[in-house]
Amino acid sequence: MSAREEGGLHAPAHASHSSAGHGHPAEHTPIFVGENRKKLDELLTRYPSKMAALLPALWIAQDAQGWVSEGAMAEIAGLLDLTPAYVKGVVTFYTMYHQHPVGRHFIQVCTTSPCGVCGAEDVARAFLKHTGCGELGVTSPDGKYTVIEVECLGACGFATPIMINDDFIESVTPERVPEILGTLK
Amino acid sequence: MGYPHKSHPRETPILSKHFGDADARTLSGWRQRGGYRALEQALGTQPADIVNVVKESGLRGRGGAGFPTGMKWSFMKPGDGKPHYLCCNADESEPGTFKDREIMRWTPHALVEGCAIGAHAIGAETAYIYIRGEFTEPIRVMEQAVREAYAEGILGRNAMGTGKRVDVHVHRGAGAYICGEETALMNSLEGRRGNPRIKPPFPAVAGLFGQPTTINNVETLAAVPHILTNGAAWYKAMSLSSPKSTGSKLFSVCGNIRKPGNYEITMGFPFKEFLYDLCGGPLPGRKFKAIIPGGSSVPIQTLEEAEATLMDYEGFVAQGTMLGSGGVIVFDDSQCMVKQIARLARFYAHESCAQCTQCREGTAWTTRILERIEHGEGTMEDLDTLLEIGDNMTGKTICVLSDSCATPVASGIKKWRHEFEAHIKQKRCPMRTAVAA
Amino acid sequence: MTAPATTAPATKMVTLTIEGRQVSVPEGTSILEAAKHAGILVPHYCYHPGLPVAGVCRMCLVEVEKAPKLAPSCATAVGEGQVVHVYSEKALEARKGVLELLLINHPLDCPICDQAGECELQDYTYMEGRPDSRLRDPKRFNPVEDFGGDVMYVTNRCILCTRCVRFMDTMAQDAVLNVSERGDRAVIGKFEGHDLTHPWAGNVIDLCPVGALLSKDSLNKVRAWEVDRTASICPNCTQGCNMIVETRDNVVVRLRPRANEAVNRFFMCDYGRLNYRWLNRPDRVEQPLVRRGDALAIADWETALDAAAAVLKGAKVRVLASPVLSNETLGLLARLFRKSGGSGVFRVAKGEVAPLPGVPGLARREDLAANVRGAELLGFTRSDTPVWNLGADDVLVVADEELAGLDVSTLGRPKAIVVIGTTLPAWARGAAVVLPIGSFAEEEGTFTNVDGRVQRFMQAKAAPGNARPSFAVLSDLLARLGESTNFFLASEAFAALAAAEAPFSGMSYDTLGLKGAVVAGGAR
Repeated sequence: MSAREEGGLHAPAHASHSSAGHGHPAEHTPIFVGENRKKLDELLTRYPSKMAALLPALWIAQDAQGWVSEGAMAEIAGLLDLTPAYVKGVVTFYTMYHQHPVGRHFIQVCTTSPCGVCGAEDVARAFLKHTGCGELGVTSPDGKYTVIEVECLGACGFATPIMINDDFIESVTPERVPEILGTLK
Repeated sequence: MGYPHKSHPRETPILSKHFGDADARTLSGWRQRGGYRALEQALGTQPADIVNVVKESGLRGRGGAGFPTGMKWSFMKPGDGKPHYLCCNADESEPGTFKDREIMRWTPHALVEGCAIGAHAIGAETAYIYIRGEFTEPIRVMEQAVREAYAEGILGRNAMGTGKRVDVHVHRGAGAYICGEETALMNSLEGRRGNPRIKPPFPAVAGLFGQPTTINNVETLAAVPHILTNGAAWYKAMSLSSPKSTGSKLFSVCGNIRKPGNYEITMGFPFKEFLYDLCGGPLPGRKFKAIIPGGSSVPIQTLEEAEATLMDYEGFVAQGTMLGSGGVIVFDDSQCMVKQIARLARFYAHESCAQCTQCREGTAWTTRILERIEHGEGTMEDLDTLLEIGDNMTGKTICVLSDSCATPVASGIKKWRHEFEAHIKQKRCPMRTAVAA
Repeated sequence: MTAPATTAPATKMVTLTIEGRQVSVPEGTSILEAAKHAGILVPHYCYHPGLPVAGVCRMCLVEVEKAPKLAPSCATAVGEGQVVHVYSEKALEARKGVLELLLINHPLDCPICDQAGECELQDYTYMEGRPDSRLRDPKRFNPVEDFGGDVMYVTNRCILCTRCVRFMDTMAQDAVLNVSERGDRAVIGKFEGHDLTHPWAGNVIDLCPVGALLSKDSLNKVRAWEVDRTASICPNCTQGCNMIVETRDNVVVRLRPRANEAVNRFFMCDYGRLNYRWLNRPDRVEQPLVRRGDALAIADWETALDAAAAVLKGAKVRVLASPVLSNETLGLLARLFRKSGGSGVFRVAKGEVAPLPGVPGLARREDLAANVRGAELLGFTRSDTPVWNLGADDVLVVADEELAGLDVSTLGRPKAIVVIGTTLPAWARGAAVVLPIGSFAEEEGTFTNVDGRVQRFMQAKAAPGNARPSFAVLSDLLARLGESTNFFLASEAFAALAAAEAPFSGMSYDTLGLKGAVVAGGAR
């Protein structure tokens, strides 16, 4: 991990063993074949420019890989007539694209003010404790969990909302954490 | 109906009428509830006539700025030979706001219908619904509704058999508050970083893909079918106060309050009654201390100011704040204002797109100073510095994210200066000690 | 290439007042450019006239009367009757605020920064910034990164103006740079394995207004205030990019582009930029040499010129000249061979064409010498392997041509060889006379570029020893052969050329100025 990633206000989510997962383009297995290619081709019909399919294409890549590797960025760049650097600039703008592999269950706890005043920080702490992650952004040793604090999930009336991968769970309290984790495989 | 609780008798449930009613999500269920009649009627009406009805109704943008919707639509010139686009802003990200989420979750066809009408009114064949990436359920529900509408011929090349083309596509964001700013949303939709654009040119001249574009909030578009069905006069008559604020409005309520959730009221409803009667007042043994009435970007009100407010565009301005997105965040007397304001600043620092100097550097510096004060390491000079940085961050950047960060800081220091000074003098958070003890 | 503004069709003019000065500019001009017209520099970072407007640094804020907010002058078009205040209290406060924010995380390491002395962050802070810092918090830190090519990125000094990103995107059209991350974590980034190796990538160094993008070639070599700067023309291909030669203690240390809208806008290629070490060659011929038996002996100029004239008199002159010689010098050489019924030839090294796609007509050209067009216009023919079969009636004049890869004996057996040059290759030991001249950087003259544009270059450094400007050497030589060519100045040599050679007709140094003019007939 570079010092750059440590700097600034929020350290981005990253794997504790980033060296293991940092794929080089050379090792990349193409994502956009078969069904994924079909999906992308359909998406391309929706927009007057190829570039507009970039965010959807990155979602397809993340769904396929669990994160967006540099190889995936390069592949998408090729498909959409963009440069890999351009794609990377876009990827790093949006917080939901993982630039490193994350745990199988990626847990995001909203701690922005409305949830913060309802005890969201305690919920985050409970997840860190019960998953064994210990620290925000660090994947648990068994590779099962990564917990991060996330900015406003847009469900402030249901404090504390959390997301586990694509699933939204509302009104989470520290007490409910073990039960929620129990439902995960 | 209501969600998560039944509608209060004093609510005016129009958009929220079917919240919590799973059957309303389906196309057949929506049709049974009168859905798509407005669209059918609209597709047989001249765009200019639809624009006039919406103008007459007094509908104003529900996303935050409150710009008259009919006027916005009238900037578009159907038949100018260019492709037009409608963008539906479903990037609901303003802390405290979660109304669009419920509209999409429970009444997706209301939005599809509103988008289709809006597209027709501005001479667009394509509408994109840009939904924030975290809204996985609303995205699934909206995609399902769009699929149904295509399958039934409501959307597509021959929308409702009228020979008019109306395409609606759901586009998923990927985690960026700033994409709720309309030009940032357009950049994001085009596959770019979500950087706000310099205006002019305005979207109606050169917007999405460089073409004339209108961007409307979810709640705004969802209200349109009701206006077409019931008439402009009906909508305009819904007002308890200023004739400039009409219709019903969804308010999201969260924070330290007994019954958080969405409430739909007629414009001009007294804020005090809203907070105590509809939302159940403070938690047991607590008192309200501060209220942010329109999403985190508007000035913070003291309880006295809030209690004197009428809930419409003008009413909030009269009490030193704004209606904004209608996201009401309530802080009670157990909360440390320094900590809460620092947390808000941190949010903006995290979300700054990094283009403008004042925002990129100012939001981060403001956060550092506030967090330092909260930890008991502040100085009195820091308060002056904060206000001066805030001045530098206000009215000088491409978009208003920078201003939004400065706003709660300025109103916070002005109204709760004693709390800041207590942190500095005692070199610790007095509230934290109190709670611990 | 875009036509100069003066020949464009009449556009509507807008009149406004900036700091009390009335100025009229074409409709659509930005306030910032209009202010330049009025002689006022509005401080700015992200704006660059050669790049699309970004409007992000917010440094160029000015106060426009009746406008609710301060206007970014780079992104605000002029309006009729506008009254603009650049130095009002409000505008100054806003810019002071920007400077403070740009500096809070800046390392303030000017003493070890290459940009010091030519840094816009220094300049504007000195002009309008705060004298102190209110920062009481730790600064952000990011490591230095090698961007590949000639470019190094000192992240901590970056102000994220994005000029570099926009250049690579819109001019080089090879978007290898991006803005990565967001908020105060944002930095300029690249993709692993994709370096700044585009042939024009080095321009990002000049475009960077601060010390964030630096040239590895000139890293830590000179301080900006130690160098002398001379307006010149890049000698390295036929494009004729306008440039500045920077020297310290008579050594060329850096070449940088000089703006010329009609030729290279604001840019020059990396090949041209970095190909300057030959101008500092130590193996120069510094004294006139004359054959004494088997050896060349040092002579004074009078003796050497007399000897050369004696050799040339009555002989048929065959000239083999470098196409990096000036129009003036090539013109005099042409007079020499024409007068005798001889001929002139030049050779030119070839490279790959490397265009800058964002500027139509701008490329590193195939011919890697500045004055190919001039040589052709003056009657020289191109020949990579000249076959002359020189005999006893011929004298071979080799003008600053080292004959690399060419065996001089294949040219035949001339009566004698006269060398006019900067160096003394091995074969030149057989010359009758050697006349040492200055390199193009050591004299004044003009080149004619590929589009027929005649452009002046100035003397950037002194020639070594007794070497003299080539036009002066040749004018003295021709005078000895009966011509009236006693030119003391390059301008006189050019005036004579303009009078005698149709393509240059009507031109003078005064009319050429620093932007040049196109020969009659223009581009081929």
